[in-house]
Amino acid sequence: MNQTVISAQNLSLTFQTNDGPVHALKDINLDIDKGDFVSFIGPSGCGKTTFLRVMADLETPTSGTVTVNGMSPAEARMKRAYGYVFQAAGLYPWRTIGGNIRLPLEIMGYSREEQAKRVANVLELVELEGFDKKFPWQLSGGMQQRASIARALAFDADILLMDEPFGALDEIVRDHLNEQLLKLWARTEKTIGFVTHSIPEAVFLSTKIVVMSPRPGRIADVIDSTLPRDRTLDIRETQEFADIAHRVREGLRAGHAYD
Amino acid sequence: MIWILFVLIFWGAMWAVNVRLAAGPQTQLTKILVPTLFGITLLVLWEGLVRGFSISPILLPPPSMIAQRFATSLPILWEDFVQTFIKGALSGYFIGCSAAFLTAIAVDRSDFLKRGLLPIGNFVAALPIIGMAPILVMWFGFDWQSKAAVVVIMVFFPMLVNTVAGLNAKDKFQDDLMKTYAASYWQNLLKLKLPAAMPFIFNGLKICTTLALIGAIVAEFFGSPIRGMGFRISTEVGRLSLDMVWAEITVAALAGSAFYGTMALIEKAVTFWHPSQRN
Amino acid sequence: MTRLASFWHKAGPVLCILLVLIAVWYGAAVALNAAWAKDKAARAGTELTFSELVSDTMSQEKPLLPAPHQVAQEIYKTTVLKKITSKRSLIWHGWITLSATLLGFVFGTALGVLLAVGIVHSRAMDMSVMPWVITSQTIPILAVAPMVIVVLNAVGVSGLLPKAIISMYLSFFPVVVGMVKGLRAPDHMQLDQMRTWNASNNTTFWKLRLPSSMPYFFASLKIAIAASLVGAIVGELPTGAVAGLGARLLAGSYYGQTIQIWSALICAAVLAAALVALIGVIERATLKRMGMQQ
Repeated sequence: MNQTVISAQNLSLTFQTNDGPVHALKDINLDIDKGDFVSFIGPSGCGKTTFLRVMADLETPTSGTVTVNGMSPAEARMKRAYGYVFQAAGLYPWRTIGGNIRLPLEIMGYSREEQAKRVANVLELVELEGFDKKFPWQLSGGMQQRASIARALAFDADILLMDEPFGALDEIVRDHLNEQLLKLWARTEKTIGFVTHSIPEAVFLSTKIVVMSPRPGRIADVIDSTLPRDRTLDIRETQEFADIAHRVREGLRAGHAYD
Repeated sequence: MIWILFVLIFWGAMWAVNVRLAAGPQTQLTKILVPTLFGITLLVLWEGLVRGFSISPILLPPPSMIAQRFATSLPILWEDFVQTFIKGALSGYFIGCSAAFLTAIAVDRSDFLKRGLLPIGNFVAALPIIGMAPILVMWFGFDWQSKAAVVVIMVFFPMLVNTVAGLNAKDKFQDDLMKTYAASYWQNLLKLKLPAAMPFIFNGLKICTTLALIGAIVAEFFGSPIRGMGFRISTEVGRLSLDMVWAEITVAALAGSAFYGTMALIEKAVTFWHPSQRN
Repeated sequence: MTRLASFWHKAGPVLCILLVLIAVWYGAAVALNAAWAKDKAARAGTELTFSELVSDTMSQEKPLLPAPHQVAQEIYKTTVLKKITSKRSLIWHGWITLSATLLGFVFGTALGVLLAVGIVHSRAMDMSVMPWVITSQTIPILAVAPMVIVVLNAVGVSGLLPKAIISMYLSFFPVVVGMVKGLRAPDHMQLDQMRTWNASNNTTFWKLRLPSSMPYFFASLKIAIAASLVGAIVGELPTGAVAGLGARLLAGSYYGQTIQIWSALICAAVLAAALVALIGVIERATLKRMGMQQ
């Protein structure tokens, strides 16, 4: 069962800037198993987004290796192994919601009937039935972000990478989307990588929490959650939840002391 | 004297009406009515002042005289319009804008070319290109071909600069998204870059409508067959029949506004999604 | 060292393309002028070798397309070697055009700023004038140029002023449109802030609207000065080739003096570039002092 999907070994990435080199990632070692929900948490500049982008082949590491399903990230990208959700919904304003979700399907050459079937399917998954003819700018921010998740789910990628997808939303909407995301994860059995700033969000969602610290970006702590996979928002009131959150906070503090 | 008095009273009255209308709630009607009233006021002012001060119609013909001339010279005006606008401006506009568009797409693939051509394009867009007209008239002859050539080089650079800027306009997330889909170059171009570039492309197309008409008319000052709007303007000015000149200018103004308006309408249909078009 | 590298990163491609353009120009000069050279040789009954052909295409008196060095020689001859008071001096002609350009530019800018201030402060003016300002941009105004010149000549106004009026006409539109945008650039929060301090309209204008409009102001000045130069050149056409760069163009086209046309053209281009660059320098200095740009 515990099959490794993503594996990073001695991964480092250095950006050359005008102010000298910036060590965005340094000596990262991490394994992610199939079906995991992994959160990356840390202050800005700790390299969590960069790490996610390396996995998706949007950045190239300076040294070390990453394998995805046993392949290099570039090969995995060519095989369309990822659904990626960005900080901003990034929907195309000239396409309807349905058209936006159809976009990856058109690019990947799905047939017309298959496209229609899948669009209807994922719209139902994110509870946006009946909105396929609307344009993105006619929807609220939360609905736009749900549509962008639907777009990432529309094709058969078994890895979903999400970069602070709910960062710009208010807390009430965020709670609701978090709950929906867990249901989605349970139904689709995807492996999810999730970057966030929020400790409660990370603890509530994840089976594994990766705490990162900045300058150079590295992993300060990896916490395997003891919470059951099937959870509701109430779990945030339990002692177990508070304990994990405490450990995350300790990890973040230790990372800062390094400065 | 009576004319001047009338004009002043009319002006005051119209302005009072406009101030009233502008202070009230803004509706579709007031948005059209206010500038229309202002335009009518200008025409009445012109007519009244010419009559009131008895300015010689040779220097400044009143609007009524221009309108009369316009109505009686329709065949000539139409012939000039076809020569200058349809043959010269429109064909040059089409060739120049398509050439610039294709060049922009070619240039966009190479960062080196982009860094080299953009500063030069921006520089040339600010030059008095119209000065090339005598050379092009010499190369392509007096007929509409040389006018089209002038239009081509006048519209090329503004269109190039705008299109290249547009092709760079997509936001970073959308670009990365296409990468995670492993989209091919052509898929990326057709599905992301071109649609995202449309507001910029139409901006260029709109700027070029005016340039095209100017180029075609001014190029005729350097030599033309005995028809065309620029030819008519320069010869009739020489004969001091200014009512005919004004009639040609009216045609040019109507053609220019209609040309621009058509482009603006197409833009509205194509870029309906852009914040500037959504109200 | 990195500074030099970044300079080459920027200038390298531009220089490369410029070199390519000059090479293309030479090539085109050979191609276009070859017919005439061959024609001449045929009439003289001689056969041209390739090198003779190339050298002939570079030294014709009235070539279809003069080679770059011919134009450069002509410019050198008519600027450095001629006294600037001479009617053959390109500097003299350039100065005539420049003075009309600057006069029209100053008038046009003043008029444009005044109109923009009126439009921003009066709703009635905004609603009635603004649509016409925008419509007028779609009209080929240059077509009016000959008439303005001739009519003003007829009432006894000649020389600098008629050309300056055309320049003014062309330069004032970009200024109005840019300034209206600029004076409206402050957002609601900034304007509300002024209200909370009970600032008068006048204070709001001087302390908030005018400073915020500066980037827009300079951007439109650059367009305006280029338009103003075009206006001055076109304004020189109908007066019958008396003086100025436009007159040089027209005279050149009458007599087929292509080298003269090209040198006037290059001169106009240099003038335009210098004027735009000058405004760019003033822009940078001003915005830097105002803290709007590093």
